[in-house]
Amino acid sequence: MALFYMLLVFMVIAAIIAVETKDLLSSVICVGAIGFGGSLMFLFLRAPDIAITQIVVEVLGLIILIRATISRDLTFITGDREFFGTVVSVVILFVILLAGVRIFATLPEFGAPVFARLPGTASQAYISRGLADTGAPNLVTSIYLDYRAYDTLGEATVLFAAVIGATAILRSKSRKALEGSDA
Amino acid sequence: MAYTLCFLLFMIGLYCAVVKKNMVKIVLGIMIMEYAVNLFLIMLGYFHDGVAPIIDRSEFDAQTQTVTAQFLNSSVDPLPQALVLTSIVISLGSLALLISICIRTYEKYGTFDITEIRRLRG
Repeated sequence: MALFYMLLVFMVIAAIIAVETKDLLSSVICVGAIGFGGSLMFLFLRAPDIAITQIVVEVLGLIILIRATISRDLTFITGDREFFGTVVSVVILFVILLAGVRIFATLPEFGAPVFARLPGTASQAYISRGLADTGAPNLVTSIYLDYRAYDTLGEATVLFAAVIGATAILRSKSRKALEGSDA
Repeated sequence: MAYTLCFLLFMIGLYCAVVKKNMVKIVLGIMIMEYAVNLFLIMLGYFHDGVAPIIDRSEFDAQTQTVTAQFLNSSVDPLPQALVLTSIVISLGSLALLISICIRTYEKYGTFDITEIRRLRG
Protein backbone atom coordinates (compact mmCIF):
# COMPACT_ATOMS: atom_id res chain seq x y z
CA MET A 1 0.00 0.00 0.00
CA ALA A 2 3.06 2.27 0.25
CA LEU A 3 3.19 2.37 -3.55
CA PHE A 4 -0.42 3.56 -3.53
CA TYR A 5 0.41 6.59 -1.41
CA MET A 6 3.52 7.29 -3.49
CA LEU A 7 1.36 7.37 -6.63
CA LEU A 8 -1.10 9.70 -4.92
CA VAL A 9 1.69 12.07 -3.91
CA PHE A 10 3.07 11.84 -7.47
CA MET A 11 -0.34 12.90 -8.81
CA VAL A 12 -0.48 15.85 -6.43
CA ILE A 13 3.03 16.97 -7.46
CA ALA A 14 2.15 16.61 -11.15
CA ALA A 15 -0.96 18.71 -10.54
CA ILE A 16 1.07 21.46 -8.88
CA ILE A 17 3.53 21.48 -11.80
CA ALA A 18 0.65 21.52 -14.30
CA VAL A 19 -0.89 24.52 -12.56
CA GLU A 20 2.27 26.53 -12.09
CA THR A 21 4.34 25.91 -15.23
CA LYS A 22 4.42 28.68 -17.84
CA ASP A 23 4.40 26.58 -20.99
CA LEU A 24 0.96 25.31 -21.98
CA LEU A 25 2.25 22.17 -23.70
CA SER A 26 4.17 20.96 -20.66
CA SER A 27 1.13 21.77 -18.54
CA VAL A 28 -0.97 19.53 -20.78
CA ILE A 29 1.61 16.75 -20.54
CA CYS A 30 1.58 17.02 -16.73
CA VAL A 31 -2.20 16.59 -16.78
CA GLY A 32 -1.61 13.47 -18.87
CA ALA A 33 0.75 12.23 -16.16
CA ILE A 34 -2.03 12.73 -13.59
CA GLY A 35 -4.42 10.77 -15.79
CA PHE A 36 -2.10 7.82 -16.31
CA GLY A 37 -1.16 7.84 -12.62
CA GLY A 38 -4.88 7.75 -11.86
CA SER A 39 -5.29 4.77 -14.14
CA LEU A 40 -2.56 2.93 -12.17
CA MET A 41 -4.35 3.90 -8.95
CA PHE A 42 -7.55 2.32 -10.24
CA LEU A 43 -5.63 -0.94 -10.75
CA PHE A 44 -4.48 -0.78 -7.12
CA LEU A 45 -8.06 -0.11 -6.05
CA ARG A 46 -9.21 -3.34 -7.79
CA ALA A 47 -11.07 -1.58 -10.58
CA PRO A 48 -9.62 -3.00 -13.84
CA ASP A 49 -12.52 -1.82 -16.03
CA ILE A 50 -12.07 1.77 -14.88
CA ALA A 51 -8.32 1.54 -15.48
CA ILE A 52 -8.79 0.44 -19.10
CA THR A 53 -11.40 3.12 -19.78
CA GLN A 54 -9.23 5.77 -18.15
CA ILE A 55 -6.26 4.92 -20.42
CA VAL A 56 -8.38 5.09 -23.58
CA VAL A 57 -10.07 8.34 -22.56
CA GLU A 58 -6.73 9.79 -21.45
CA VAL A 59 -5.10 9.17 -24.85
CA LEU A 60 -8.05 10.77 -26.66
CA GLY A 61 -8.15 13.70 -24.23
CA LEU A 62 -4.43 14.34 -24.63
CA ILE A 63 -4.81 14.43 -28.41
CA ILE A 64 -7.67 16.94 -28.09
CA LEU A 65 -5.71 19.11 -25.64
CA ILE A 66 -2.51 19.08 -27.70
CA ARG A 67 -4.54 20.02 -30.78
CA ALA A 68 -5.69 23.11 -28.89
CA THR A 69 -2.30 24.16 -27.57
CA ILE A 70 0.22 23.30 -30.29
CA SER A 71 1.11 25.83 -33.00
CA ARG A 72 -0.40 28.73 -31.12
CA ASP A 73 1.87 31.75 -30.94
CA LEU A 74 0.76 32.94 -27.53
CA THR A 75 1.07 29.79 -25.47
CA PHE A 76 3.09 31.68 -22.86
CA ILE A 77 0.28 33.69 -21.30
CA THR A 78 1.35 34.14 -17.72
CA GLY A 79 0.25 35.82 -14.57
CA ASP A 80 -2.75 35.49 -12.35
CA ARG A 81 -5.69 37.78 -12.02
CA GLU A 82 -5.37 40.92 -9.96
CA PHE A 83 -3.59 40.52 -6.66
CA PHE A 84 -6.47 41.19 -4.27
CA GLY A 85 -8.80 38.72 -5.94
CA THR A 86 -6.10 36.06 -5.91
CA VAL A 87 -5.46 36.51 -2.20
CA VAL A 88 -9.16 36.37 -1.36
CA SER A 89 -9.74 33.23 -3.41
CA VAL A 90 -6.68 31.51 -1.93
CA VAL A 91 -7.93 32.26 1.59
CA ILE A 92 -11.40 30.94 0.74
CA LEU A 93 -9.93 27.80 -0.83
CA PHE A 94 -7.80 27.23 2.27
CA VAL A 95 -10.85 27.49 4.52
CA ILE A 96 -12.67 25.00 2.30
CA LEU A 97 -9.65 22.67 2.51
CA LEU A 98 -9.66 22.81 6.32
CA ALA A 99 -13.41 22.15 6.46
CA GLY A 100 -13.02 19.26 4.02
CA VAL A 101 -10.28 17.68 6.12
CA ARG A 102 -12.57 17.84 9.15
CA ILE A 103 -15.42 16.28 7.19
CA PHE A 104 -13.28 13.47 5.78
CA ALA A 105 -12.21 12.60 9.33
CA THR A 106 -15.84 11.64 10.05
CA LEU A 107 -16.04 9.26 7.07
CA PRO A 108 -15.39 5.54 7.63
CA GLU A 109 -11.72 4.61 7.45
CA PHE A 110 -10.20 4.18 3.99
CA GLY A 111 -10.42 0.50 3.07
CA ALA A 112 -13.50 -0.23 5.17
CA PRO A 113 -16.56 0.75 3.13
CA VAL A 114 -19.95 0.73 4.79
CA PHE A 115 -22.34 0.33 1.88
CA ALA A 116 -20.93 -2.88 0.44
CA ARG A 117 -21.04 -4.71 3.76
CA LEU A 118 -24.50 -3.80 5.04
CA PRO A 119 -27.16 -6.38 4.16
CA GLY A 120 -29.97 -5.00 2.04
CA THR A 121 -28.04 -2.25 0.29
CA ALA A 122 -27.90 -2.02 -3.49
CA SER A 123 -24.20 -2.88 -3.62
CA GLN A 124 -24.72 -6.02 -1.56
CA ALA A 125 -27.63 -7.10 -3.76
CA TYR A 126 -25.56 -6.54 -6.91
CA ILE A 127 -22.66 -8.60 -5.55
CA SER A 128 -24.82 -11.49 -4.35
CA ARG A 129 -27.37 -11.66 -7.19
CA GLY A 130 -25.58 -10.04 -10.14
CA LEU A 131 -24.40 -13.23 -11.83
CA ALA A 132 -27.67 -15.09 -11.27
CA ASP A 133 -29.77 -12.16 -12.57
CA THR A 134 -27.75 -11.05 -15.58
CA GLY A 135 -25.34 -13.87 -16.42
CA ALA A 136 -22.31 -11.58 -16.47
CA PRO A 137 -19.42 -12.69 -14.21
CA ASN A 138 -18.04 -9.16 -14.28
CA LEU A 139 -20.30 -7.31 -11.86
CA VAL A 140 -19.40 -3.89 -13.25
CA THR A 141 -20.64 -5.05 -16.64
CA SER A 142 -23.82 -6.40 -15.13
CA ILE A 143 -24.56 -3.06 -13.46
CA TYR A 144 -23.42 -0.92 -16.38
CA LEU A 145 -25.27 -2.75 -19.14
CA ASP A 146 -28.17 -4.39 -17.34
CA TYR A 147 -29.30 -2.94 -14.00
CA ARG A 148 -28.54 0.63 -15.03
CA ALA A 149 -28.74 0.37 -18.80
CA TYR A 150 -30.85 3.53 -19.03
CA ASP A 151 -27.99 5.35 -17.35
CA THR A 152 -25.68 4.14 -20.11
CA LEU A 153 -28.20 5.20 -22.74
CA GLY A 154 -28.28 8.68 -21.22
CA GLU A 155 -24.49 8.73 -21.20
CA ALA A 156 -24.37 7.97 -24.92
CA THR A 157 -26.93 10.75 -25.50
CA VAL A 158 -24.80 13.24 -23.57
CA LEU A 159 -21.70 12.17 -25.50
CA PHE A 160 -23.38 12.68 -28.86
CA ALA A 161 -24.80 16.02 -27.74
CA ALA A 162 -21.28 17.13 -26.80
CA VAL A 163 -19.89 16.00 -30.16
CA ILE A 164 -22.66 17.83 -32.03
CA GLY A 165 -21.95 20.95 -29.99
CA ALA A 166 -18.21 20.74 -30.68
CA THR A 167 -18.69 20.35 -34.44
CA ALA A 168 -21.22 23.18 -34.49
CA ILE A 169 -18.75 25.46 -32.70
CA LEU A 170 -15.74 24.45 -34.77
CA ARG A 171 -17.21 24.58 -38.27
CA SER A 172 -16.19 27.62 -40.27
CA LYS A 173 -17.17 26.93 -43.87
CA SER A 174 -20.90 27.70 -43.72
CA ARG A 175 -20.27 30.78 -41.60
CA LYS A 176 -17.85 32.15 -44.21
CA ALA A 177 -20.35 31.40 -46.97
CA LEU A 178 -22.96 33.31 -44.98
CA GLU A 179 -20.70 36.35 -44.58
CA GLY A 180 -19.87 36.26 -48.31
CA SER A 181 -23.55 36.33 -49.29
CA ASP A 182 -24.15 39.26 -46.96
CA ALA A 183 -21.43 41.35 -48.56
CA MET B 1 -4.80 10.33 4.76
CA ALA B 2 -5.78 9.00 1.33
CA TYR B 3 -9.00 11.01 1.33
CA THR B 4 -7.11 14.13 2.35
CA LEU B 5 -4.55 13.80 -0.46
CA CYS B 6 -7.39 13.25 -2.92
CA PHE B 7 -9.13 16.37 -1.64
CA LEU B 8 -5.86 18.29 -1.94
CA LEU B 9 -5.76 17.26 -5.62
CA PHE B 10 -9.31 18.58 -6.00
CA MET B 11 -8.39 21.89 -4.37
CA ILE B 12 -5.38 22.32 -6.68
CA GLY B 13 -7.72 21.91 -9.63
CA LEU B 14 -10.18 24.39 -8.13
CA TYR B 15 -7.37 26.90 -7.52
CA CYS B 16 -6.28 26.53 -11.15
CA ALA B 17 -9.83 27.07 -12.44
CA VAL B 18 -10.48 30.08 -10.19
CA VAL B 19 -7.21 32.01 -10.28
CA LYS B 20 -5.60 31.46 -13.71
CA LYS B 21 -6.11 33.81 -16.63
CA ASN B 22 -5.42 31.37 -19.43
CA MET B 23 -8.48 29.60 -20.85
CA VAL B 24 -6.64 26.32 -21.44
CA LYS B 25 -5.35 26.41 -17.86
CA ILE B 26 -8.94 26.71 -16.63
CA VAL B 27 -9.90 23.65 -18.68
CA LEU B 28 -6.94 21.77 -17.21
CA GLY B 29 -8.09 22.72 -13.70
CA ILE B 30 -11.54 21.33 -14.42
CA MET B 31 -9.93 18.10 -15.67
CA ILE B 32 -7.84 17.79 -12.50
CA MET B 33 -11.02 18.17 -10.44
CA GLU B 34 -12.67 15.41 -12.48
CA TYR B 35 -9.76 13.05 -11.81
CA ALA B 36 -9.91 13.77 -8.09
CA VAL B 37 -13.65 13.17 -7.84
CA ASN B 38 -13.50 9.92 -9.80
CA LEU B 39 -10.63 8.71 -7.65
CA PHE B 40 -12.49 9.62 -4.47
CA LEU B 41 -15.61 7.70 -5.49
CA ILE B 42 -13.59 4.59 -6.33
CA MET B 43 -11.73 4.93 -3.00
CA LEU B 44 -15.07 4.93 -1.13
CA GLY B 45 -15.80 1.42 -2.40
CA TYR B 46 -12.34 -0.03 -1.79
CA PHE B 47 -11.97 -2.87 0.67
CA HIS B 48 -8.62 -3.76 2.25
CA ASP B 49 -7.19 -6.90 0.62
CA GLY B 50 -10.33 -7.07 -1.49
CA VAL B 51 -10.69 -8.69 -4.89
CA ALA B 52 -11.94 -7.14 -8.13
CA PRO B 53 -15.71 -7.58 -8.63
CA ILE B 54 -15.28 -10.37 -11.16
CA ILE B 55 -16.75 -13.73 -10.15
CA ASP B 56 -14.54 -16.74 -10.73
CA ARG B 57 -16.00 -20.12 -11.70
CA SER B 58 -15.05 -21.56 -8.31
CA GLU B 59 -16.83 -18.77 -6.45
CA PHE B 60 -20.28 -19.44 -7.91
CA ASP B 61 -22.58 -22.26 -6.93
CA ALA B 62 -24.60 -23.17 -10.01
CA GLN B 63 -27.12 -25.27 -8.06
CA THR B 64 -28.28 -22.58 -5.69
CA GLN B 65 -27.36 -19.65 -8.00
CA THR B 66 -25.44 -17.88 -5.25
CA VAL B 67 -21.89 -16.66 -4.83
CA THR B 68 -19.79 -17.94 -1.97
CA ALA B 69 -19.76 -16.02 1.29
CA GLN B 70 -16.01 -15.56 0.93
CA PHE B 71 -16.45 -13.60 -2.31
CA LEU B 72 -19.36 -11.68 -0.78
CA ASN B 73 -17.11 -10.53 2.05
CA SER B 74 -13.98 -9.74 0.03
CA SER B 75 -15.26 -8.10 -3.18
CA VAL B 76 -14.89 -4.35 -3.58
CA ASP B 77 -18.04 -2.30 -4.20
CA PRO B 78 -19.00 -2.57 -7.92
CA LEU B 79 -21.61 0.21 -7.84
CA PRO B 80 -19.28 3.27 -7.72
CA GLN B 81 -17.11 1.63 -10.38
CA ALA B 82 -20.04 1.39 -12.79
CA LEU B 83 -21.06 4.99 -12.14
CA VAL B 84 -17.51 6.33 -12.46
CA LEU B 85 -17.24 4.56 -15.82
CA THR B 86 -20.14 6.75 -17.00
CA SER B 87 -18.53 9.83 -15.49
CA ILE B 88 -15.17 9.25 -17.24
CA VAL B 89 -16.76 8.94 -20.67
CA ILE B 90 -18.90 12.04 -20.13
CA SER B 91 -15.82 13.98 -19.00
CA LEU B 92 -14.26 13.24 -22.40
CA GLY B 93 -17.30 14.73 -24.14
CA SER B 94 -17.27 17.85 -22.00
CA LEU B 95 -13.51 18.21 -22.56
CA ALA B 96 -14.05 18.15 -26.34
CA LEU B 97 -16.74 20.82 -26.02
CA LEU B 98 -14.61 23.06 -23.75
CA ILE B 99 -11.56 22.79 -25.99
CA SER B 100 -13.58 23.57 -29.11
CA ILE B 101 -14.87 26.72 -27.38
CA CYS B 102 -11.25 27.63 -26.56
CA ILE B 103 -10.08 27.09 -30.17
CA ARG B 104 -12.98 29.16 -31.50
CA THR B 105 -12.26 31.99 -29.08
CA TYR B 106 -8.61 31.93 -30.09
CA GLU B 107 -9.59 32.23 -33.74
CA LYS B 108 -11.79 35.23 -32.95
CA TYR B 109 -9.58 37.13 -30.51
CA GLY B 110 -6.08 35.78 -31.11
CA THR B 111 -5.46 35.13 -27.44
CA PHE B 112 -6.32 32.72 -24.63
CA ASP B 113 -6.21 35.48 -22.01
CA ILE B 114 -9.68 35.89 -20.52
CA THR B 115 -8.97 39.42 -19.28
CA GLU B 116 -8.41 40.56 -22.86
CA ILE B 117 -11.59 38.94 -24.15
CA ARG B 118 -13.96 41.70 -23.14
CA ARG B 119 -16.07 42.77 -26.05
CA LEU B 120 -18.60 40.54 -27.75
CA ARG B 121 -17.93 40.21 -31.45
CA GLY B 122 -20.23 38.73 -34.05
